[in-house]
Amino acid sequence: MAIAKLEVEKAVERCYFDHNATSPVAPAVIDAMLPVLRDGFGNASSIHQPGQQAKQVLEKARRQVASFLGCSPKEIVFTSGGTESDNLAILGVAGPGAHVVTTAMEHPAVLAACRDFDATYLRGDSRGRVSVDELRAALRPDTALVSVMHANNETGVVQDIAALGAVARAAGVPFHSDGVQGAGRIPVDLSQVDLYSISGHKLNAPKGIGALYVRQGVTLQARQVGGRHEQGRRAGTENVPGAVALGAAAAMARDWAGLAALTQRLEAGILARVPDAVVNGAGAVRVPNTTNIRFAGIEGEAMVIALDLRGFAVSSGAACSSGAVEPSHVLLALGLTREEAKSSIRFSLGLGNTEAQVDALIDAVAASAAHLRRLSPVYA
Amino acid sequence: MPEPMIAVAMSGGVDSSVVAGLMKREGRNIVGMTMQLWNQRRLPELASDKATGRCCSIDDVYDARYVAQLVGIPYYVVNFEDQFERAVVRPFVDDYLHGRTPIPCTLCNNFIKFDTFIEMAEGVGAEKVATGHYARITQNAETGRWELRRAADASKDQTYFLFGLTQPQLARTLFPLGGMVKSEVRELAKSLELPVADKGDSQEICFVPNGDYKAFIEAYCKEQEIPLADMGGKIVTREGRVLGEHAGYHSYTVGQRRGLGVAAGEPLYVIATEPETRRVVVGRGDELQTAEFTVREVNWISIPAIQAPRRAQVRIRNRHIPAEATLFPVGDDTRVRVLFDDPQRAVTPGQGAVFYDGDLVLGGGWID
Repeated sequence: MAIAKLEVEKAVERCYFDHNATSPVAPAVIDAMLPVLRDGFGNASSIHQPGQQAKQVLEKARRQVASFLGCSPKEIVFTSGGTESDNLAILGVAGPGAHVVTTAMEHPAVLAACRDFDATYLRGDSRGRVSVDELRAALRPDTALVSVMHANNETGVVQDIAALGAVARAAGVPFHSDGVQGAGRIPVDLSQVDLYSISGHKLNAPKGIGALYVRQGVTLQARQVGGRHEQGRRAGTENVPGAVALGAAAAMARDWAGLAALTQRLEAGILARVPDAVVNGAGAVRVPNTTNIRFAGIEGEAMVIALDLRGFAVSSGAACSSGAVEPSHVLLALGLTREEAKSSIRFSLGLGNTEAQVDALIDAVAASAAHLRRLSPVYA
Repeated sequence: MPEPMIAVAMSGGVDSSVVAGLMKREGRNIVGMTMQLWNQRRLPELASDKATGRCCSIDDVYDARYVAQLVGIPYYVVNFEDQFERAVVRPFVDDYLHGRTPIPCTLCNNFIKFDTFIEMAEGVGAEKVATGHYARITQNAETGRWELRRAADASKDQTYFLFGLTQPQLARTLFPLGGMVKSEVRELAKSLELPVADKGDSQEICFVPNGDYKAFIEAYCKEQEIPLADMGGKIVTREGRVLGEHAGYHSYTVGQRRGLGVAAGEPLYVIATEPETRRVVVGRGDELQTAEFTVREVNWISIPAIQAPRRAQVRIRNRHIPAEATLFPVGDDTRVRVLFDDPQRAVTPGQGAVFYDGDLVLGGGWID
């Protein structure tokens, strides 16, 4: 029996509102990638012409990414994605037993990498915003690294990485920022940042490619060893088609104002239609594509499934290994109870979303919220 | 109007996989769901290489998801870990610590599968749920009352664990396998080309690895920082004669014969465990026979609460053959006095007692 195609696929138009999980590959990115996949298969380390050709497109992609981040091409290390970039930055800079400072709201790629260090976890204010004073107070003479994410994947709340980076660097401590949800959504200012992670698939490039910005002069120990690729900082034959895709995605023009307007329309529409709904992280600076809304008395998991069955992809919490949903550690770190965290839904917008889709989503959310509350034993 | 949606509870086993395959073949509008009930990474001291038959294992979810893909239905894993711990695991541990022998499957049916799950199913827009349980649901043509009946396959009948089902729950539930025998179900699995056709049946308590409930209780209490008082004490006869010592009364269950560690001229059985005195009372086989007992928290299923004595067959364990008895109402509708025609072996407090009239499940409750 062959894998059958889901019938719901035929029945409903898919409206994708989970761009913080992953994003569709942009047509311009596919166009840039296809010739490399078809004809540019050379190994960028080879001396012959096919190798030289691969090297050429790889370096063009590096220049595109550097220009996107406002740094020198030499400061770009291509990786397999956000997790590897975060791991490389933290494990490659901090030595065994070192003290590191990070936040409780980080992505698991950062939290897990910090686990074996003596780590201080900053909590920030009720929206998760970390202040320079809080960071300053956490620094110690033996602090080897500070890692604070640029934009939060769950709430979209943006940290002031220029100010935080300045505090760390003034103390002589390298400053890393996980920019996976920030790059491509808000301006990136690396003037006070030493290491910055980005991921292709959050930027309309495919999965399997990412990059780490490493400021010139920062000593980075390779984590993946072998050949002398990427200036000895990341061994392994370069993923040339992936790098080309990331370069093309970095070079894409992005309509931030349009995205912000759509997100604002969605947020305002839901808050107007659904009582007892609040925005997690409201009042803080947020990326223009994310809104995380808590619906009192609702099981977020049920709403995610109900919306999916009607064609809308949104998310709630984090998927555990079985695929079930666990309450978001980010929302718990903000002081929400487990129940509150489980009643929160993340909507993240991006390429392809339209006003008509947003309006249809508002209707579906309002209907689902009302239905779930009718059934809820706790909501009266 | 689109076909009403039905949520199929999929465990990854053959029964629920066949339910999904069958209903899809019949053209029903179904969605598959697996309940994540217990985090197997908890209590690492219980980890073993032989992790088979454990609930919510990654393998079972993998199988359920694969079957849903083959069948071609939307599929979700729903997280009921918090509810399961509250409604099943904690009471299970409490029961043992209080000298009772619990049946977690019934609690799970009452509070998770036919409560939380139905609520989730309705929440996502389904009107009914379907499971792979072996039991039948009918509706009385005259009274409109929902009735529960034993499965066609007597050896697979699961009504003993379903005595808590209420009228609203029965109205929303489908048991598509209730009229089939297991061999038919396996044949169907083959004809539907489901990869789980030869998978073994799950047996033990799903969250207790290898059936070692004593180790589970100890590990759970340690994790939860529940102080485990010394549960060791004396092994005594009904007359109070001390035969030996035991390391913890929670390791003993009424009717148990093996592992007593006391020598006597004749086979001895556990007759009772007494948490207050920490004594385990043992005796001869005939001392295990009981003719009369009380049932609490009775749920009436196929008939309204009895107001006068009524003849019935009463089952006191899953493997027990229902025995002829008379039910006597005592005061309120949730308590019943059971008088067996012939005394039955090992009537165990904490176990369920289910009342039958032939195939029909009249109701049931907990042995007091």
